[in-house]
Amino acid sequence: MNFGFTEEQELLRAEVRKFLDQNAPLERVREIVEAEGGPGTDPALWARMAELGWVGLNMPEAHGGVGLDLETLLVVLEETGRSLFPSPLISTVLAAKAIERFGSEEQQARWIPGLADGSKVGTFAFMERSDTLGAEGVETLAKPDGDELILSGEKRYVTDAAAADLSVVAVRSGSDAQSLSLVVVEKGTAGATAVDYDAMDLTKRIGSLTLEDARVGTDCVLGEQGAAWPAIQWLLDLGAALVTAEAVGAAEAALEITTEFAKERVQFDEQIGKFQGVKHPLADIYVDVESFRSLVYYAIWALDQDADDARVAVSRAKAYCADAFPQAGIMGVQLHGGVGYTWEYDIQLYLKRAKWVRPMFGDADHHYERVALLGDL
Amino acid sequence: MDFQLSEEEEAFRKEVVSFLDEHLPEGTERTPEFQAKWTKAIRERRWVGFSWPQEVGGGGGGIMEQVILKDEMAKRKAPALGSCFMGLAWVGPSIIQYGTEEQKQKYIPDILDGKYQWCTGYSEPDSGSDLASLKCKCERDGDEYVVNGQKIWTSIAMWSKMMILLVRTETEVESKHDGITCLLVEMDTPGIEVRPIKNMSGGAMFAEVFFDNVRVPVENRLGDEGQGWQVTISALASERSSIAEVHGLIRKIEEVKELARNTIRGGRAMSEDPGIRRRIAQAETKIEAMRLNGMRFLTKQLKGEPLGSETSINKLHRADLEIGLGELALEILGSSSTLMGGDDAVDGGAWAKYSLNWPEVVIGGGTPNIQRNIIAERILGLPKD
Ligand SMILES: Cc1cc2nc3c(=O)[nH]c(=O)nc-3n(C[C@H](O)[C@H](O)[C@H](O)COP(=O)(O)OP(=O)(O)OC[C@H]3O[C@@H](n4cnc5c(N)ncnc54)[C@H](O)[C@@H]3O)c2cc1C
Repeated sequence: MNFGFTEEQELLRAEVRKFLDQNAPLERVREIVEAEGGPGTDPALWARMAELGWVGLNMPEAHGGVGLDLETLLVVLEETGRSLFPSPLISTVLAAKAIERFGSEEQQARWIPGLADGSKVGTFAFMERSDTLGAEGVETLAKPDGDELILSGEKRYVTDAAAADLSVVAVRSGSDAQSLSLVVVEKGTAGATAVDYDAMDLTKRIGSLTLEDARVGTDCVLGEQGAAWPAIQWLLDLGAALVTAEAVGAAEAALEITTEFAKERVQFDEQIGKFQGVKHPLADIYVDVESFRSLVYYAIWALDQDADDARVAVSRAKAYCADAFPQAGIMGVQLHGGVGYTWEYDIQLYLKRAKWVRPMFGDADHHYERVALLGDL
Repeated sequence: MDFQLSEEEEAFRKEVVSFLDEHLPEGTERTPEFQAKWTKAIRERRWVGFSWPQEVGGGGGGIMEQVILKDEMAKRKAPALGSCFMGLAWVGPSIIQYGTEEQKQKYIPDILDGKYQWCTGYSEPDSGSDLASLKCKCERDGDEYVVNGQKIWTSIAMWSKMMILLVRTETEVESKHDGITCLLVEMDTPGIEVRPIKNMSGGAMFAEVFFDNVRVPVENRLGDEGQGWQVTISALASERSSIAEVHGLIRKIEEVKELARNTIRGGRAMSEDPGIRRRIAQAETKIEAMRLNGMRFLTKQLKGEPLGSETSINKLHRADLEIGLGELALEILGSSSTLMGGDDAVDGGAWAKYSLNWPEVVIGGGTPNIQRNIIAERILGLPKD
């Protein structure tokens, strides 16, 4: 039994940590994301990370990846989360995973190498105006036309929408509730337009992908047409797990920053960390972070193993995190007092990240309901 | 990560399962005869005191096997391993670590056999959370100690033959942690008076204990004079089992779910109520977090790293859950939740009673605020208050 990481994984963690500390301290992160009209990431850093194998870490070796498991990727994500590193890592991994797991050998060879070497950004586009994670919420239509599909509809709340060179898009292939397909839409496809919105968390880009009679070949369909709902559910689970993995690092950093502040700030002639009104909420945050850490570690492992309880494990992790991380951010800002409300102090960056994490791939209500359902209630 | 059992561990698990198949067939009635046979069988296997050294009659088993044993037993709702609760939890380990050869021979076999109960005389009226401030007086007189003072909240004092007692042998000390001594005391020693205290659920399981010139032989001292605090701390540490005791909570949440399915109010089952569903799912998630936290602690132990204050995480969760599940059950029941008896009382008022019993876990052995202090000071490094 070992509920922890191997020596190699710990070494990887140290490397990633060192790399991010050197190249992406929070001052640099702010520069990247505050740059007017900028790409929201640092292309040179992204390229370096890809070179080091971290982008393609769990993509197949045969197509330019490193071929490691999600568990190892988890180590990287915890660290990118801790640094609030702005990059399309999660969305690119999701796109690659969709193509690897559900696409043909030919499709993998066509798309994965570019994703693995960082030259292409990918994303997974599911949500629509219905704002639900159910199959019925997908209205974007795929109309067959010879060996092409004509796509029309609007995908919303898509992470890295504008940056994505290819989007794995969930579309409706029939009137049957679950008759959905996964289609790869490449940038530049006529009729496909992607824009980013203004968002609270500047370290995560989020936007929409509009499809107006956009044509893609049937060779862009991953798996069997009209039968992708199980695949989509798996991707939604994976997305929830990856987001939660990053949240572990981010929430832990928020706790650390606030704890340090509580040790330094003096009021009433004492370090404020001496007062239980300050130290007890910090202890509670610690309890929560450690708990959703355990839950998501297990969930990632269960996904790696295709275990029977993977779905409920993911829901438990995401549900706990979606409640606890925003709470940690709010408490963090509050315990900083007035300075916590300023643009200069870093704690607010983490609160905003928490607010991105909350709904992404399902909020606490969504996932607790699923825990109830899967638990025979 | 690797959650698989090794070959040897799997073999041990099978051994446990086949033992249970043989000694605890399905639908076994827990008659006194069954209980006696069961106790004998697990003793012969050396599963009581599973991890204690073999020289003192323990099983000499490893941490991982202990977890497997407990897991399999819980799955089958097997009776507890041994019947001397505090003896097994911390008195025994303390005697093994600090006791003399004679003390080990005198007490350990009886604890394993569950011959009689031990109680714990730590808390005093003015020394609860601040246990080290205890005052119970103890003076040496030749080969005997003379004890005068009072203890309180002593669980099962009235049914115990022995007490593990903390007294103050020195008052002029630099730190209040010094000058405390640990004694093993026979409860029928003249001068000891036990007065049961009625708790809020109507039962009496703890008591006040008064000491009036109680003479305890010096040979009954556990550890050195003035070493009582260390004896206590390491005893409590050995009790801090790595795996949180989630089995009871898992069983409880299943019962709460059953209750929600079976309780019809306003024409629908309470299990369909969104608020109730969420709270059940939340509790279940917290229990799973405890189980997994426990596995992370266990991994640390298996690697030979000492467990620190992180176990307070699960103590806090447990406190929340024990209170929360009781309240949740009452909410599911609605108006009938207030009843302790009568035709309308569900399960004879068992849930009402359960909802009053949380103090045993929540207050006993350190309150939530004390756990938060431990985490804040020892893990986060915040200043002491
Ligand atoms: C069912 C039950 C069984 C027990 N069995 C035994 C037993 O067998 N043997 C035994 O020796 N004892 C036993 N106890 C006693 C138990 O260990 C104490 O009750 C417990 O440690 C709390 O002490 P107290 O009751 O004196 O409360 P206090 O210490 O007076 O605390 C009162 C409140 O103040 C809070 N508080 C105190 N100090 C601080 C602080 N520094 N910071 C923040 N908050 C603080 C506490 O958290 C609590 O909420 C038992 C208790 C119960 C309820």
